Amino acid sequence: MPTQIASIRSASAAVTSTNKLIRNTYTLLAMTLLFSAVTATLSVLLRMPPMTYLVSVGIAIALMWLVLPRTAQSASGIGVVFAITGLLGFALGPILGMYLKLPHGPQLVATALGGTGIIFLGLSGYALTTRRDFNFMGGFLFVGMLVVLGASLANIFLAIPAMSLAVSAAVVMLMSGFILFDTSRMVHGGVDNYILATISLYMNIFNLFISLLQLLGIANDD
Amino acid sequence: MTATNIISALLLVALIVLLLPRARQMVNESPAAQPGDWQGFILPLIAVALFVLLLMKMV
Repeated sequence: MPTQIASIRSASAAVTSTNKLIRNTYTLLAMTLLFSAVTATLSVLLRMPPMTYLVSVGIAIALMWLVLPRTAQSASGIGVVFAITGLLGFALGPILGMYLKLPHGPQLVATALGGTGIIFLGLSGYALTTRRDFNFMGGFLFVGMLVVLGASLANIFLAIPAMSLAVSAAVVMLMSGFILFDTSRMVHGGVDNYILATISLYMNIFNLFISLLQLLGIANDD
Repeated sequence: MTATNIISALLLVALIVLLLPRARQMVNESPAAQPGDWQGFILPLIAVALFVLLLMKMV
């Protein structure tokens, strides 16, 4: 009997811990997305030059690579997450500015934003409600990401428009897969740190939005 | 070849270097799929593809 009670208590503690992780992750994700929207708006209003994108993304990658792993277990990790997401939001300014200049630009950006929101909420909701374990997809998704990065690198030198379209379509599918994978990892214990979970989901949303915007831009004849 | 292209290429190489150890770890440690797992993964992705096609038709 004491063993059963201990087992029930242990299971209950695990469920509470998972629910806390999910709640903290989505709260921080919502705050970082809001912060990114503010920095992106600022970047558009300041009419930042195209190089802003590369510089901001470069600094954000350096922070993710060098600083975040050392601070993720402490409160200062939250500040690093805001710095990364703020920089990535700021990086969007020149891209958004370019699309907003198109005749149907505002509609295009709004469609990409709405589409990204619907895809994220739909897939994350699907992974949370079905409680399926998508951990088996890890290897496939990471190898797929490396292939897409290799193709993007090649296309910088080849400059083939069809390849650019294929890469954007592949990134949309890969990020959709990563949303399922990362949400499932929160439920099934693959990740126990809400700061790292937030940055993973944020990167999925960021890449999904940019690729969707590119696809919609290509589909729009303007 | 512009400076933008060179910086873009360097950033992509950095990302590949960053992801490579994680990808290797994932390939080695990912559990095997159970029956029905792939179906549960593919169906929502097909829904996403159809949704994106719909958005592309709309704009």
